[in-house]
Amino acid sequence: MARFIERHPAWALIVIIAVAVLLWLVFAIWPPGLEAAIGRKRVFLNAVLNGITLGGLYFLVASGFTLIFGLMRNVNLAHGSLYLFGGYIGYAVSTWTGSWILSFIVAFIAVALVGVILQLAVFRRMEGQDLRQTMVTIGLSIVFADLMLWVFGGDFYQVQTPAWLIGPVQLPLLTAIKSSGEPVYLQYPLVRLVIFLASVVIGVAMWLALNRTRIGMIVRAGVDDRDILAATGVRIQLVFVLVFALGAGLAGIAGVVGGTFQSLSPGEDTRFLLASLVVVIVGGMGSIPGAALGAVIIGLAEQLGSVYIPTYAIVVTFLIMVLVLAVRPQGLLARR
Amino acid sequence: MSLLQSTQFRPDPSANATRRALIRTWPEFQNPAAWLVALILVIMPLIANGFFLIEIFATTLILGIIALSLMFLAGYGGMVSLMQLTIAGFAGYMVAVFGMSGNANISLGWPWWLATPMALALATLFGTLGGALAVRTEGIYTIMITLAIGAAFYYFTNQNWAIFNGHTGINTVATPHFWGVDWRSDIAFYYVTLGVAAICYFAVQHVSRAPFGLALQGVRDNSRRMAALGFDPNAHRIAAYAFAAFIAALGGVLQVWNYRQISPGSVSVGACIDVLIIAVVGGITRPIGPFIGALIFVLLRTFALDVLIKFGLDGNRFRLLIGLGFLAIVFWSSDGVIGLWERWRRRNASPTQRSGGGRLG
Repeated sequence: MARFIERHPAWALIVIIAVAVLLWLVFAIWPPGLEAAIGRKRVFLNAVLNGITLGGLYFLVASGFTLIFGLMRNVNLAHGSLYLFGGYIGYAVSTWTGSWILSFIVAFIAVALVGVILQLAVFRRMEGQDLRQTMVTIGLSIVFADLMLWVFGGDFYQVQTPAWLIGPVQLPLLTAIKSSGEPVYLQYPLVRLVIFLASVVIGVAMWLALNRTRIGMIVRAGVDDRDILAATGVRIQLVFVLVFALGAGLAGIAGVVGGTFQSLSPGEDTRFLLASLVVVIVGGMGSIPGAALGAVIIGLAEQLGSVYIPTYAIVVTFLIMVLVLAVRPQGLLARR
Repeated sequence: MSLLQSTQFRPDPSANATRRALIRTWPEFQNPAAWLVALILVIMPLIANGFFLIEIFATTLILGIIALSLMFLAGYGGMVSLMQLTIAGFAGYMVAVFGMSGNANISLGWPWWLATPMALALATLFGTLGGALAVRTEGIYTIMITLAIGAAFYYFTNQNWAIFNGHTGINTVATPHFWGVDWRSDIAFYYVTLGVAAICYFAVQHVSRAPFGLALQGVRDNSRRMAALGFDPNAHRIAAYAFAAFIAALGGVLQVWNYRQISPGSVSVGACIDVLIIAVVGGITRPIGPFIGALIFVLLRTFALDVLIKFGLDGNRFRLLIGLGFLAIVFWSSDGVIGLWERWRRRNASPTQRSGGGRLG
């Protein structure tokens, strides 16, 4: 952090000012002039919170993607399909058993198993051939998409939110002061907050696992130089399978989350594939903190964009990607 | 010309030299199969009816042109770009926006001879800018960035009503009509696409042997060595993107004239990936590959339904068939159908020398 400020004082200043403005917008009571210019504070706060919670979802999808890429140099373009598959599994389990928590566990295991099979049966046979692996993942995404369309049809599904999470919760964020002097606080859906907290927990757990455990050390070493790692006697194929399973399983969990937040239908796979691509390009390939930063940036950009400039929202996301590529092609938090 | 000269009693050496030079530049002229295919394509309107002419052959040629631009980038430049269809779609949209269409509140109503060059220029610019963005990173990242550009454009056309008219798109786009010919009538349009496809094919063939194309292949194989020799690898890559974008834009203009409408569905991510499938299935080492791939793709798309039902299967599983076929090709032949054909021929006949050309990766 201190080093970043030292090396890029101008950028650091811009970032600090942006964060300060954002904090002021969130916590201050807006003067009437500002409300007249850009609308009610409640709308803004909702967009910000939606953006951050959406960022949590994007993080779940993109962290698996970036982990698989970082270690195996495999651009898994079937990642969106794994997301959608996880969502459908979660939907099936939650309607069958009625348990929301169980649907996460089953989706994680089922999608992780698919990942294991893919790694063992397909990607292991073409190690080191980046382009061919990517082509295979494209072919797989087409096959998966059609198989899922076959089984689940083109309908919209939504995973049932459990009763104890339904309903809004009052946040200690002022939106306005009534004329009587009574403060008005923001109401926000509890389920989104819980899911966001869960994704933060998962992210922190992943960071700890990567930076504080032996297996994490092996994975990080593999990201840096997998040939040397293999030469030191680590059973690298086992590590590959584990990481692929974890990445795929995270996509499966994200599918259930997405199915609760939003809905599941054919085409969502591409949407989330695009989201993880952009998140990972912005944050930096192979970097978990990068995925977290990129996910929050993209989530915020998408939600704020769709509130304030509805017909050009996607352009904002895209411009962020262009800007990052122009200034820092390797991504914001990547080392190389 | 070659026939004529071989019957000459005593060929004069200079003519012989030009002939050899010609054969070296255009080896196709020696191949009787190429002449046969060309002849069949030219007399096609005598053989095929309107349905086959437009739905099969013109569509094949158009998709082939778009896939050819990808083949040029991937085969000679080593850059697999998934945004070629997006560039084509952009050109199509621009034709619809600048030209005349059923959506009078959007279209500017320019005549076709003004709208088409404008569309081509803008689409080439779009492709060049996208390329300039994509070359900032290398190798496998290209696929991701170009896919992101393609997907972003698709969602943008869906969201934007001012220019792209949202998810309904722009309908009844006017097609050129001059010299007393309706150029969208079946036979005239077939010849237009055939002509454009031939020009693109020979242009790619020519560029691949011109100094620029050779330098591009050098950049593909070892960009650091080329940089050490004084070439600018990124400039070559961006120029390749510009050239490919122009070809893709030509395909896009033909496509919008063919369907007379354009909507986000025409630039969807699935369609972008279809172009990659076409190029890879056909083979991305030679310019003929994309056209072969396009023919296979169009035939499958048109007839898979009937064939599947005939075998008692679900006719809607066309995409599954495409996906599995693509996987099979990627698994067993890195060189597409052309590669399979060549391997088969080499096994049967005496070993022939492999012609130099592009290669995967």
